[in-house]
Amino acid sequence: MDIFVQQLINGLTLGSIYGLIAIGYTMVFGIIGMVNFAHGDVFMLSAFIALIFFLILTTWLGISSVALALLIVLVIAMVLTSLWGWAIERIAYRPLRGSFRLAPLISAIGVSIFLSNFVQVAQGARNKPTPPMVRDVIVLFQGESGYNVALSYKQIIIMLTTAVLLTVFWYLVQKTSLGRAQRACEQDRKMAALLGINVDRTISLTFVIGAALAAVAGTMYLLNYGVVSFNDGFVPGVKAFTAAVLGGIGSLPGAVLGGLIIGLIETFWSAYFSIEYKDVAAFSILAIVLIFMPSGILGRPEVEKV
Amino acid sequence: MRWQQDPILDVQHLTMRFGGLVAINDLSFKVGRGDITALIGPNGAGKTTVFNCITGFYKPTEGMLALRKPNGSQLLLERLPGFDINWKAKVARTFQNIRLFSGMTVLENLLVAQHNPLMISSGFTFLGVLGIGGYAKAERAAIERAKFWLEKTRLIHRADDPAGDLPYGDQRRLEIARAMCTDPLLLCLDEPAAGLNPRESLELNELLLSIRKDHGTSILLIEHDMSVVMEISDHVVVLDYGTKISDGSPTEVKNDPRVIAAYLGVADEEIAKVEAEIGA
Amino acid sequence: MNAPSITTSSAEETQVPSRFNLQAALKDAFKTALITLALSIPILSYKTEQNGGELFLASRWWLVAAVVGIIFVLRVLEHAFLATKASRKALPDPHQATEPVHAEPSAYQKVSRFAIPLFLGVALSFPLLVYLVQGGLNESRYFVDLGILILTYVMLGWGLNIVVGLAGLLDLGYVAFYAVGAYSYALLSTTFGLSFWICLPLAGILAAFWGMILGFPVLRLRGDYLAIVTLAFGEIIRLVLINWVDLTNGGAGISSIPRATFFGVPFTSGDDGFAALFGLDFNAMHRYIFLYYLILGLALLTNFVTMRLRRLPIGRAWEALREDEIACRSLGINTTNTKLTAFAIGAMFGGFAGSFFAVRQGFVSPESFNFLESAIILAIVVLGGMGSQIGVAIAAIVLVGGPEMLRNLTFLKAVFGENFDPNEYRLLLFGAGMVAMMVWRPRGLISEREPSVILKERKAISGSLVKEGHG
Repeated sequence: MDIFVQQLINGLTLGSIYGLIAIGYTMVFGIIGMVNFAHGDVFMLSAFIALIFFLILTTWLGISSVALALLIVLVIAMVLTSLWGWAIERIAYRPLRGSFRLAPLISAIGVSIFLSNFVQVAQGARNKPTPPMVRDVIVLFQGESGYNVALSYKQIIIMLTTAVLLTVFWYLVQKTSLGRAQRACEQDRKMAALLGINVDRTISLTFVIGAALAAVAGTMYLLNYGVVSFNDGFVPGVKAFTAAVLGGIGSLPGAVLGGLIIGLIETFWSAYFSIEYKDVAAFSILAIVLIFMPSGILGRPEVEKV
Repeated sequence: MRWQQDPILDVQHLTMRFGGLVAINDLSFKVGRGDITALIGPNGAGKTTVFNCITGFYKPTEGMLALRKPNGSQLLLERLPGFDINWKAKVARTFQNIRLFSGMTVLENLLVAQHNPLMISSGFTFLGVLGIGGYAKAERAAIERAKFWLEKTRLIHRADDPAGDLPYGDQRRLEIARAMCTDPLLLCLDEPAAGLNPRESLELNELLLSIRKDHGTSILLIEHDMSVVMEISDHVVVLDYGTKISDGSPTEVKNDPRVIAAYLGVADEEIAKVEAEIGA
Repeated sequence: MNAPSITTSSAEETQVPSRFNLQAALKDAFKTALITLALSIPILSYKTEQNGGELFLASRWWLVAAVVGIIFVLRVLEHAFLATKASRKALPDPHQATEPVHAEPSAYQKVSRFAIPLFLGVALSFPLLVYLVQGGLNESRYFVDLGILILTYVMLGWGLNIVVGLAGLLDLGYVAFYAVGAYSYALLSTTFGLSFWICLPLAGILAAFWGMILGFPVLRLRGDYLAIVTLAFGEIIRLVLINWVDLTNGGAGISSIPRATFFGVPFTSGDDGFAALFGLDFNAMHRYIFLYYLILGLALLTNFVTMRLRRLPIGRAWEALREDEIACRSLGINTTNTKLTAFAIGAMFGGFAGSFFAVRQGFVSPESFNFLESAIILAIVVLGGMGSQIGVAIAAIVLVGGPEMLRNLTFLKAVFGENFDPNEYRLLLFGAGMVAMMVWRPRGLISEREPSVILKERKAISGSLVKEGHG
């Protein structure tokens, strides 16, 4: 029981991070029907941006309030990562729009290889550990075996930030004209353009939003684990993509739901079965979901047209 | 009535539901051997759904689709896997929005249509890779058959061009030639005259009549072009909202007030005018 | 999801000035440089260094300044280049005729007329050429090794080309079959002492078998989903290889795999060795040259079988499947079996290449079979032009040989200092190159398709008509 509750907390924390990354996949897939393979590496890059700014703020500028530092880091990471998202779309995907369908995928794989090696070259291949930023925990109760079930402040921060930002972005996509333009482009890009929607700008904005949320995930990832390395993009990226598919690709609430499910499965699998095979479990879920329920939990089924 | 005495295809109580939507409701009709049968009806009446059921792209919710071979044996199409409907039951089809292999040449399109016999003569690839067996001869025969249909559809001069380069009317004829290369007993054509100009439409009539006459292939077609329907068909079945509203010879059907009402939704006094238009 | 594009391209693209406008170019280059500056903060401007347990930052603004400057200059040059190209385009050009009056030979025909015999000749005489140029067997070691590496990727590219190029099924986990082949040889030879020539077909059969097992559940998937599931399978196989320590010895890998022998004659200095048998002086290079011809033979076998299959009904059915699966079903083609054979045959050649890899290295470990390998092989196929055998060979030379050349750029050390290792930038440039090549030629180097059968006249089919499949 005590382990169960603890794993539940840990799983939800991890799941929030996956959910944030998954939104980037789901929105881009929804609007241009492409798996943005580089998204996991954008997430990794954002974690590095957050790491460096956290160091600047705490060691150089001497900001002692961790909360303030985190807030500033979050905002800066979101802005700079958005710029990366925008630039990637502009350079690697926009020239390929409407051409051969495999080309954007190959291009995305190229961006992914570029980004992880860019960070490796620029920052070195070693893991980058930071001292724990937030240490305090709330002990919820003590289990029979004397095991303390704890909810740490950083977990609260992660879940709260995720919830708040998701609400903001959900509002943006559902209620504003940007969201309307986005959904119109999803349905029929040509028609949307004929009706005066700036398709290029809408797609750019989709990438920007996806990258901004990945930056939130990157900052939270750094806060949670306190360590990041240049090849931390691939596996979380695949897991977040799994989350997006599980939730139903194209659906925002689905992405978050899928993220939480994947986070829970991963932590429970590690706790009760074997930690070695936890990535195998994630990849197997990905394959099983795609094969047996490709429209996911909240997605629309696709009908074959003859 | 030939379709009553010797049907090649017997559709009984066919029903197709998509979720809550009933696309076809308890439809029964027969296609006569050696007839040209037209399936007509307003847009959304469920004609293409009937085709998709016959050719195995949809599994009918209920009902039976019996194909009777010339030797009297009977195959139930709804129980065959999709690809066997062409190979075992010898039913070929074309598509409303043309589905050619556009990056392959015209000749290649016709050779793909002869895949199954060629597969056998290449020893299911094993002998063919080693270059033994009678594959080369079989391929020559397949090319001869393709040439026959290319001459018949007047496409022989385009044989080495990619199918996607052909003009629209040629693509329609190529699709028919490709279907005929599978040596079908029943040929299902989904709007073969759509997008054709009047001259091409006349040529299509001749082609279809000659397919029936020279090859004994029965034809089932969906068509909106009444000049094609009335001129060449022996039997017309009219669908509206997934149910059959009329069934008979072209003359019977065109005088059926239910058909006119379904097509045009007109008041009774205008029927005479409409009849004159259809007759023209 | 396959909607035609609306490229509402920005003003500077649509109204390409007929003359080079310096002011506009500078302005745009300045903007680009500004964005580059913003992108390089902080990832380039500060480097995290570790001192004991503590991280500290080292600033590198000189590097940022250099990068921003380079980008600025490149952008100005790009504008100048585009302007001259645009003014040349303003003149009418024979290619703009709507009807191909007298069709010029296509890129494919131009390449194939000279390049195929040339390539084959160079490939066959490569060890001899290297020997003559380098002036000795031992000196040619590096180039023979490079030749072996490139040919391995040529073979892998040709194997994957069956799945991706012909059948149109996008496979991002091809390296799994390479791994199956390598581990098959490694385990069969170390456990049962079987020789390479017995293991080679067995490895091919095992890989084909795995191709069918993995292929079966994914066949109804379309689009990028197929790519992702095959990626997942590739990763699962790698993770199982790492974690199933009892069978595979885990991440440490399997070492001391028996070396290649000349049909039973070992390449040793002993009396029963290859050198003694043929009356040569013993030289370790004999084995490498043998390996070179072995992989060349295997690659040519792959090519021969693929070319043959294209002219057989199964190959035409693969291509038809790529063009239109629904039409295939209506013509009586069993699409499931057809796709499975494509998967199995592609996997079989991957398995052959894998056992060659194991016999060459004498050591296999899971790290050789990561996703990057799959990505490289797929990039070779797509860059080559899907379905084009010669294109794949050229792409393999460019993508595998090109980055290798970086190793030789030691003169850069003089510019950037002693610590500069050009090899670090290999994958960085590889990734950027993949993007650039896709932007430059999305359909690959040779996009034309050659008909598999002709009645009168051979005409190449323009790549714009050829579909890319649904996978």
